[in-house]
Amino acid sequence: MGTSDRLERIREQANVADRDADEPTVLAAVVLAISLLLLSPVAWVLITASEMPTGRLVELVGSETTMAVTVNTLVLVVAVTTMSVVIGVPLALLTVQTDLPFKRFWTVTAALPLVVPSYIGAFAFVSAFGPRGELADLLAPLGIQQIPTIYGLHGTVLVLTLFTYPYVFLTTRASLISFDGTVIEAARTLNASRWQAFKRVTLPQILPGIAAGALLVALYTLSDFGTPAIMRYDVFTRMVFVEEQARNPDAAAVLSLLLLVLAMSILAVESRIGASRDGAYVASGDRRAGEIELGYWELPAMGFCAAIGALCLALPIGILGLWLVRSTEAAPAGFVFELQHVTNSVLLAGGAAALCVVVALPIAYLSARGDGTLSSLPERVSYVGYAVPGVVIGLSLIYLALRFVPFLYQSLFVLVFAYVVRFLPQAVGTTESSVLQVDPSYLEAARSLGYGPLTSFRKVVLPLVAPGVAAGAALVFLTTMKELPATLMLRPIGFETIVTYIWLVRGAAYQGQAAVPALILVGVSGLSMLIILRQEA
Amino acid sequence: MAKQKPSQRISEFETVQTAVEDPERTVLSIEGVSKRYGPEKAVERLSLSVKDGELLTLLGPSGCGKTTTLRMIAGLEAPSSGTITIAGETVTGDADGPFKKPEERDVGIVFQDYALFPHLTVAENIAFGLDELDEVATDARVAELLELVDLVAHEEKMPSQLSGGQQQRVALARSLAPEPDVLLLDEPFSNLDVRLRVEMREEVRRILKRAGVTAISVTHDQEEALSISDRVAIMNDGAIAQVGNPGEVFENPESRFVASFLGQASFLSARVTDSLETGLGSFDLELLNGPIEAYDGAMIDVLVRPDDLQAMPTSEPKADGYVVHRQYNGPNFIYRVELHSGDVVHCMHNHVETFEAGQPVAVDLAADHELAWYPAE
Repeated sequence: MGTSDRLERIREQANVADRDADEPTVLAAVVLAISLLLLSPVAWVLITASEMPTGRLVELVGSETTMAVTVNTLVLVVAVTTMSVVIGVPLALLTVQTDLPFKRFWTVTAALPLVVPSYIGAFAFVSAFGPRGELADLLAPLGIQQIPTIYGLHGTVLVLTLFTYPYVFLTTRASLISFDGTVIEAARTLNASRWQAFKRVTLPQILPGIAAGALLVALYTLSDFGTPAIMRYDVFTRMVFVEEQARNPDAAAVLSLLLLVLAMSILAVESRIGASRDGAYVASGDRRAGEIELGYWELPAMGFCAAIGALCLALPIGILGLWLVRSTEAAPAGFVFELQHVTNSVLLAGGAAALCVVVALPIAYLSARGDGTLSSLPERVSYVGYAVPGVVIGLSLIYLALRFVPFLYQSLFVLVFAYVVRFLPQAVGTTESSVLQVDPSYLEAARSLGYGPLTSFRKVVLPLVAPGVAAGAALVFLTTMKELPATLMLRPIGFETIVTYIWLVRGAAYQGQAAVPALILVGVSGLSMLIILRQEA
Repeated sequence: MAKQKPSQRISEFETVQTAVEDPERTVLSIEGVSKRYGPEKAVERLSLSVKDGELLTLLGPSGCGKTTTLRMIAGLEAPSSGTITIAGETVTGDADGPFKKPEERDVGIVFQDYALFPHLTVAENIAFGLDELDEVATDARVAELLELVDLVAHEEKMPSQLSGGQQQRVALARSLAPEPDVLLLDEPFSNLDVRLRVEMREEVRRILKRAGVTAISVTHDQEEALSISDRVAIMNDGAIAQVGNPGEVFENPESRFVASFLGQASFLSARVTDSLETGLGSFDLELLNGPIEAYDGAMIDVLVRPDDLQAMPTSEPKADGYVVHRQYNGPNFIYRVELHSGDVVHCMHNHVETFEAGQPVAVDLAADHELAWYPAE
């Protein structure tokens, strides 16, 4: 089929909508209203900042605290991103392009740290290396009274790097796998050395993959609340929370605004890289050409993989195990982990998942099948959740609820809405990709066989997209279970979930009690990883 | 099928039973239909009628509007103006009734990529459009169609387990099941490999004829169009350039466009006097088809195809031109010859007759049929 024929077809498909003009218009109107709601947290930040007297705004932005927090945040983001690349790229190269023994094992080990929520990792590291931690206890008999503190920048960088580098690892790995190894052999036959071949052929082709992973790490680092809070390092997320607790909405709004600007810039860069990645060449053969023999380097390479695995997996799991063993002593009332915490978490996550599916289906369908920019606008808007950190959503919704719907303030409804704003992109993403896999001519075929548009949709499209929709719902469910900042800020007083329970006992130093809920969350993250991997397969 | 002797195949081709009631009845009629996308015209005042049981192919280059025409017949697209009548009923909206949606028309489509529902089995796909029948009648109809398309053994398979040719037959069966007035085939063979394509042409024609359905196919492949159709409509720029049975349009293209679209056509410029003066010498005017008297003294272009010409190596002074290019097709060569007169023509030769580029040749007009011609431009 020639290009012009293809164009003819695309135009035609766009035009089918003409006939049933009423239905898409109603759909578009509903979807547009929803997307406006989704934008409300961002709008609140912007409006609050713009309503502030200019002098106050300048004073807040220019204040010493703000400056310090900005510098802290930037240093943290740059450091974590760099370190993630330093760890993630070699791991990806080792597991894809060399003859490393037990490659599958190391691949799984290298990806697995993603299943440990970073705040639980931070918690474990404090417990291991903090003052009066396991290491200190171990060293005390040897006469070592003080070990360097884990708190602050280096601890935060260490923890965040160890639990986010898998983003770089996975994206780099993906581009290495889709990369045709024969071109390395071609380069070698053209007399390039191994290193030159890597630099001139491999690197330019996997660079977009590395960059995509690095940006994910940067975005995650920027918006993570739990880790810097536990590691006592003052970044935007922590300070927004602190200012909110101190009832300083102005300062919190300004800090949120700066945080948003940073997040949006990272996302903007990411979307450009994402677009350029579409053109990447995908190898058709499964032959792994150009594999590197490690030789003497085999042992050091395995040692590297093992060390990362030990730090990221063995250590936190070991600490959780220790807690579990030691948690026999009864905690005081109010600090006991109960079934109620789990059911509360499940209730919230279930509500968020259900609402996300209902909202995501029309948005995704309109974006995948509609014509032109206008119909993909709601989909774009829904991605705002990726960029808006949980603290900002939490903060905005507190004040929005107080001002416009005071009867909903501190209700579960607002909290579920916060989850929807934050995690809708996951549901829209999986739903849209499954809608896109449904050939538009299925619908036309059903109509030519005598069914109306809605019946055709129900009989043909719905059964085909159901697995994607379910996967989206499961993802939202599982991520909601782990969400920390918005839950902390928006839950009704006295309403405790698994996450808020962990936060509570951490603050009160009954950390032993946190073992079971922490292990539940690790399991939950593991499940969501599995779903993501199956979606991509 | 491929194993049958040629004689058997021909006899089957000629005598397939059909279920056509009245071969003279017009089933589909398109009158002055246009389709515009903004300022762009995809189809321009197109008229066409198709009789009961006929297999008509819309043939044309990419973007000529043939697919748009097909989609307007199906109701997937609404014409900007003009009317379409199917089985006596106007479907494009008139005083008697509104525009008929695709589901309200008795039109079946076989999509280019078949569009088989991947979550349903072969039998369920075929039964999809049979919602008005009860279970027993549905099963019977499905069995009948499986028989027709020769897929009885594959009833319970999923579409993904079938080969390309089998998928196409399921698509045919599915669209034939509700007994449509008109069956539309959108580039039906483009997803098949070349060998299978030839086999499926015969198979599809057999199935369509046996079902007795009125069918309209769309393609840009002239060989396909000429080989399966009862009539061919050649389209250009949103309009029909010529309609007729395959032999007719091939032998007597009414326009330069049709001529150049069918076969590897070249044009030989000639002056009409008592005889026909060309770069290859003089020829009798009888060689031309149609009355030529009005063009006495004028220049015309004569359509010559590679099989009409023979090139012979010769010495420089006797040559009509030089070989400038050689295209090897396996069984034969097509030589491109630039004549001293400036015309460029193509000559077809047996695969053992090898000339090199630059070879001076004398070209002989060896046609055993009348030649089509067009006034010079």
